[in-house]
Amino acid sequence: MIVLKGGTVVGSEHRIADVAVDAGRVVAIGSVDVGPHDQVIDCSGAWVGPGLVDLHVHLREPGQEWKEDIASGSKAAAAGGFTTVVAMPNTEPPIDSGQIARYVFDRGAETGLVRVIPSGAISLGRAGAKLAHLDDLWAAGVRMFTDDGDSVADSGLLRRAMDYIAELGGIVAQHAEDPGLAGRGHMHEGAVSSRLGMIGLPSMAETIIVERDIRLIELTGCRYHVQHVSARQTLDVIRRAKEAGLPVTAEVAPHHLEFTDRLVETMNPVAKMYPPLRTEADVAALRAGLEDGTIDCVATDHAPHSAHEKDVPFEEAPRGVIGLETAAAAVNTSVGLPAVTFFERMSIAPGRLLGLETGPLVVGSVADITVFDPNLSWTPGTFVSKSANSPWIGTEITGRVRATLLGGQVTFEHKEGASA
Amino acid sequence: MPEVINAEDLGRAIRRIAHEIAERNHGIENLVLLGIPRRGVPLANRIAMVLEEIEGTSPPVGALDISMHRDDISSRPTPKLHGSSVPVDVTGRTVVLVDDVLYTGRTIRAALDAVNAFGRPAAVQLAVLVDRGHRQFPIRADFVGKNLPTSGAEQVVVDVEEVDGSDSVRVEVSSQEVQG
Amino acid sequence: MSLLTIEGLPAAEITRLLDLADGFVEVLDRPVPKVPALQGRTIGMLFYEVSTRTRMSFERAAKALSADTMTFSPSGSSVSKGESLKDTALTVGSMGPDLFVVRHASTGAPWRVAEWTGLPVINAGDGAHQHPTQALLDCLTVRQHFGKVAGLRVAIVGDIRHSRVARSTAQAMATMGASVRFIAPRTLLPFDVDGWPVETTCDFDGAIDDLDVVYMLRIQQERGGGDVFPSIGEYVNRFGLTRRRADRLPEHTMVLHPGPMNRGVEIDPAVADGPRSLVTKQVANGVAVRMAVLLDQLSGSEKT
Repeated sequence: MIVLKGGTVVGSEHRIADVAVDAGRVVAIGSVDVGPHDQVIDCSGAWVGPGLVDLHVHLREPGQEWKEDIASGSKAAAAGGFTTVVAMPNTEPPIDSGQIARYVFDRGAETGLVRVIPSGAISLGRAGAKLAHLDDLWAAGVRMFTDDGDSVADSGLLRRAMDYIAELGGIVAQHAEDPGLAGRGHMHEGAVSSRLGMIGLPSMAETIIVERDIRLIELTGCRYHVQHVSARQTLDVIRRAKEAGLPVTAEVAPHHLEFTDRLVETMNPVAKMYPPLRTEADVAALRAGLEDGTIDCVATDHAPHSAHEKDVPFEEAPRGVIGLETAAAAVNTSVGLPAVTFFERMSIAPGRLLGLETGPLVVGSVADITVFDPNLSWTPGTFVSKSANSPWIGTEITGRVRATLLGGQVTFEHKEGASA
Repeated sequence: MPEVINAEDLGRAIRRIAHEIAERNHGIENLVLLGIPRRGVPLANRIAMVLEEIEGTSPPVGALDISMHRDDISSRPTPKLHGSSVPVDVTGRTVVLVDDVLYTGRTIRAALDAVNAFGRPAAVQLAVLVDRGHRQFPIRADFVGKNLPTSGAEQVVVDVEEVDGSDSVRVEVSSQEVQG
Repeated sequence: MSLLTIEGLPAAEITRLLDLADGFVEVLDRPVPKVPALQGRTIGMLFYEVSTRTRMSFERAAKALSADTMTFSPSGSSVSKGESLKDTALTVGSMGPDLFVVRHASTGAPWRVAEWTGLPVINAGDGAHQHPTQALLDCLTVRQHFGKVAGLRVAIVGDIRHSRVARSTAQAMATMGASVRFIAPRTLLPFDVDGWPVETTCDFDGAIDDLDVVYMLRIQQERGGGDVFPSIGEYVNRFGLTRRRADRLPEHTMVLHPGPMNRGVEIDPAVADGPRSLVTKQVANGVAVRMAVLLDQLSGSEKT
């Protein structure tokens, strides 16, 4: 038996208690007597809640294992308090068939540190022309479909995908970025891009796609998820769609809750990601949106790139930053959600979206558990991910994952003085 | 601050230097005076005026900027360029370099280098108002207003009216090692 | 340490560099236009973009100061073998240069070279961002002709959006007290000039009799400047410095261009070669300005 001792339990009621775990389940919450063979994890001062779920990670396997692989990405996820991650399909080859999806499932299960659920491509080869093997993917267990990295720009194709996926019961997730408006943009279009002489990627490129997609949801009734919302205008569109009762959800990435396009002034490609970092007004709107629930959840868009790939001029750099190991602390630092909302946005809502058995910790719950200390400060420097392209390097953040349990097994335990 | 040369003495020194230049060169034909900025330039002009009194005509006078020929550019703040103006081709002429103080000889070494950008002189001579000793190069002046033995801790301050508003030479104590 | 951008350089500092450059104009006019100031120093030149005048200007400046140069340009080099900018900078860096001069098509590349090598870097043009020595030579050219920069009415006309020259020169001239206007179709103006010390207009003809300096820019086809107006003919009609338009300029107004010029597009050949043109003066001043900047970078920086 494992006893999580003395934490604030985010359960049916919110109180300081011990949590006992045995045979993969929560067996007791309250005052638990510790036997001689029990493993005890001190949780005083920490929140003990359901394991974190990340709807958006790039594990790079198959195809780009020098950046990350399923094993290293799983370790990073566990270190970040995650118990479930959704792997994006932009691998090489892309996850556009059941076979590749099953490979990712299997590699995740082999590693055994986090539940790895692949998402499937919407279009074959993510080429935006023909439908991917949606039935196959569904049969393999895929529930979320996306061409992430690119928008599904062709309205006709997206309509067909929505019709099909609605019928299956899946979710269409969109990387919203109108290719014509985005052009060869490298950063948010605004005062900073103008000054730096870089081609801008306007907020509108995101908003217009979401606006259009909402029309298609009205038509098809398909469940629709907006990936990594970055612009305040997009948030308004999402809010209206939700008010109209449409099946729309949205995620936000931790970096969009913290940084602005001013970070690009450092010329360091660690500030390069799509959608790009936007303005202070956008950051403020996203924080408010996460608090009020317009944004359902946080997803990291963990996008590892090795040092030599980012050690180039900004405009030549690949896009994306890692986020798994810093996400919980970063969100806690920039938004400061209360414990219940924190776990709702980081675990319960995204879990619900995937149809997982997640919710507040109660006796009988699957023992996917994250112990998070909201007051412990640290400065990221090194990572268990294969890559270190993090904008938080050298920045103090508050909040630390003290332990992660997956199905009752400890997958990560923070040792004071150890890195990450 | 002991004044070692007053305005009157300074005038006399200039006058004597001019006479010596004329004497050594058997007149002023073929001479060109090049002052080293900043204070060498007005001194050269004054010598030229005296030469005109003596000889009835004055030699061409110019300025020779040596700041880009110094050997210590890497170890000092960015130098200011005072600008050279060499009114004639110096090739085949006798160039008289004029400076206020002769010290280590580094300035003159730089000047000998700098003058080459303007041609190949037949001869180069050196006139200084003050020679304070402490040479670091095999350089000596042909015409000296006053020999002034000093210690390294002292500084020789030359004021000339055109630059400083009055004429005088003083010796001051300074920790800074300066001047050429 | 490093000259990466003209942004934030105060007027006194610009003036100091211009004064120094003025001195070098005289040096370059000497029978032997060469001084030993930077003897024994080595300048590493990384030119990742095609450049004739800037590269030659820096080389000429370095040599006139007796510095040695090592010039790297991608064609026929390791770049075609896939070597990264970082590796090249570190490789050239270990051959012992005292300073880098960097030109690159990407914004910020010179910053990165400075970061990787720890050496001073002069930005010789990065993307559409900055070109500080161009800004200085433009100020020098204008100051020589008008005796001042302050109070002059300057129009920069053409592909502002993709121009590092516009960004740097406008900043430098505004810092020196000129009033600067950008004149271009909206698609060639920067998206947001909020906080810039410039005004913008799309009406060249309306501005024309109110100018002391007209600074013409070429269309930067390579950065996408060609796709944003209907045709060259229509562009020339509204924004070219045609002979007709040049005739309407006040008597004293002078014309600058950073080169290379597209004669017959942004500027009529007769204007480019005419009495108003300061273009060759700009090129000549480029050498003096780069001498000033090189000397300033390497003065007081004892070789280690």
